[in-house]
Amino acid sequence: MPDQPPSPTRLTRRATDALEIDPDGPRRRVLVTGLGTFWGGRVAQALEANPAVEVIVGLDTTEPTVELERTEYVRVDANYSILSRIVRATRVDTIIHTFLVMDPTQMSQRAMHEINVIGTMNLFAAASAASSTVRSVIVKSSTVVYGCAPEDPVWFTESTPRSRPASEPIERSLEAVEGYVRDFAEDNPHVNVALLRFSNVIGAELETPLTRLLQLPVVPSIFGFDPRFQFVHEDDVIRSLLFAFNNDLPGVFNVAGDGLLPWSEVAALCGKRTVALPPVATGFLTSPLRQLGVLDLPEEYEGLLKYGRGVDNHRLKNFGFRYEHTSTEAVEAFIRAVRLRKVVGANEPSYRYERDVEQFFRHSPAVRKDRRQA
Amino acid sequence: MAQEDSDSQQSPSNQTPATPRTQTSAPAMRFDPAELLNQDITLEEVLSQAGSGAGHGELVQLPQEEPRNPDALDDRRRSDVNEWGRSEHMREIARRVYDPVYKHWFRVEWEGLEKIPEGGALLVANHAAAVPSDAPVIMHGIETELNRPVYGLADNFFRTIPVVGTIWNRLGGLPAHPDNAYRLLREQDQLVLVFPEGTKGPSKTYSERYQLRRFGRGGFVEIAMRAGVPVVPIAVVGAEESMPTLFRVPSIARALGVPYLPVTANMLVAGPLGLVSYFPSKFKLKVLDPVHFDVPADRDRYSRSRVMDESEAIRDRIQAALYTMLRERRSVWFG
Repeated sequence: MPDQPPSPTRLTRRATDALEIDPDGPRRRVLVTGLGTFWGGRVAQALEANPAVEVIVGLDTTEPTVELERTEYVRVDANYSILSRIVRATRVDTIIHTFLVMDPTQMSQRAMHEINVIGTMNLFAAASAASSTVRSVIVKSSTVVYGCAPEDPVWFTESTPRSRPASEPIERSLEAVEGYVRDFAEDNPHVNVALLRFSNVIGAELETPLTRLLQLPVVPSIFGFDPRFQFVHEDDVIRSLLFAFNNDLPGVFNVAGDGLLPWSEVAALCGKRTVALPPVATGFLTSPLRQLGVLDLPEEYEGLLKYGRGVDNHRLKNFGFRYEHTSTEAVEAFIRAVRLRKVVGANEPSYRYERDVEQFFRHSPAVRKDRRQA
Repeated sequence: MAQEDSDSQQSPSNQTPATPRTQTSAPAMRFDPAELLNQDITLEEVLSQAGSGAGHGELVQLPQEEPRNPDALDDRRRSDVNEWGRSEHMREIARRVYDPVYKHWFRVEWEGLEKIPEGGALLVANHAAAVPSDAPVIMHGIETELNRPVYGLADNFFRTIPVVGTIWNRLGGLPAHPDNAYRLLREQDQLVLVFPEGTKGPSKTYSERYQLRRFGRGGFVEIAMRAGVPVVPIAVVGAEESMPTLFRVPSIARALGVPYLPVTANMLVAGPLGLVSYFPSKFKLKVLDPVHFDVPADRDRYSRSRVMDESEAIRDRIQAALYTMLRERRSVWFG
């Protein structure tokens, strides 16, 4: 059993295919925030497969949920108060900031604020310290920052301003985060900053408010509206983060699959019928359903279920990124995984982080390392 | 005309863009190049073998992974709603329903349709009738006469109405956002229809008919300049009389949150149904000479004064054309 090489997932293998590794180039030292989350864990896995990455340090409040071979996990509090010490001590040159909460149903507003706004603030404070070795920062944001209003264009480009001021907590929170990113980029012109805005992520594993809606027996929609949705496959999310990492992409990028699908068509792809919710006072009239826990529809999604949102993904494509999934394909990948789960049950990750075991494998001289080195 | 319509209905390729892909890949399945490589055969033999199957002069198609066209429509789509929300299927239904109205109720006559250029162009017209009747006439007319789709940019108030907003979008309506217009005109060479008067046009009362309102802030000129396309002015006579507004009730409009609330002559005749029924006024439309702007496209800003001058000039031309057409009109109902 211990002889067995840690099997890189399907994802990491494909991610490394896309890499163009310069064996003589400087090896990079990377800090990944949110190691315990879906995104942080997968990014770290993919980075481990990249021999050009020398050190990976992962931060989180919770333990990693995926198997990691050489990533160093550091438990921190939600707002990273010890971060500058870590950055100083590890001399990382790249920060991949994935620890941003996009799903407001998962925690209180207060907790979300701590993680998103205060966490980002501390992160950038540490990264811009005088002795900082950070030369590249990649932030995973969301197209939620464009808002959702009737006067919106069909396609938002990276420079299109939002139509109405941010009102929802999640939008305000991400707006504050992006503000810190901008300030940091302005104050530190020697640091390459990439801000990736992801559209509705869907795929085999991730659970979001939208995937929960699509797994209900009937899919809620709002009467008289058939908004159009754009999706990005979870693999494309990881691939784009790595693409930004490998190519030192500068600036803001929308990340979203090709195509906008009417909500009714999304439901049809999932083999579901839609049930119409009242178009006025939706929040008030559906609150009994919410209380019963039948419907889990955050307020942010009411606007989305009326007007949808499309973002222009040309900028990232022009830099050479190729999507593996269109919006339709992403939804199909999701529904295939749902069908499988229905038959075999949820395959909970069998991996459990055990500190002592991990420390032993990583640092004990007794463990012989025959890692695939470049 | 009707004959042609039913023909196009029956041909399946008209409705599903999925078929060509499977057809082109079919000949490639005839032989497996990997198998041939294993057998150590020369290129000539491969070609002759393929030629014998496919007939002379046909190129050998090796099954190779085609570079994916990222903009290609996904063939597993369940509906034909395009990237702008327009559905050709819905358009087809609307054409069938609206054609009798267009032909026999409004008896639409066009003049100068040939002036609409081949590529992208911004169509600009005067706007009238409490529930505007000019937009469907222009869109239907150009679609049936020139066989080109027209995207109508309208006040986003439309989009907030359940059912109506969705149907409007499926029929080619879009919120009037400069990004939408730019992309349609610059990147996709489409025809885009705007009414620069905005809601000021249809909200005016009958006594002010055919008096053009202010043309916004000239945004339409700026978009055309940025997209590098001409503006095609269209003068419409007949819409004003199809649903004349007698007076407005601003207080109720405010309370309801609508841009304006008209009381129309149609309502006096038909009650609430007056909101969806038009008087059979005779429609005449005149396409004026396209206006080309001699400025480089894709600039961030254009001279404010130039934009306003061009906008004013276009407004004057439409106004003058309207007066000419009205001078020649003998009857509201018979033209």
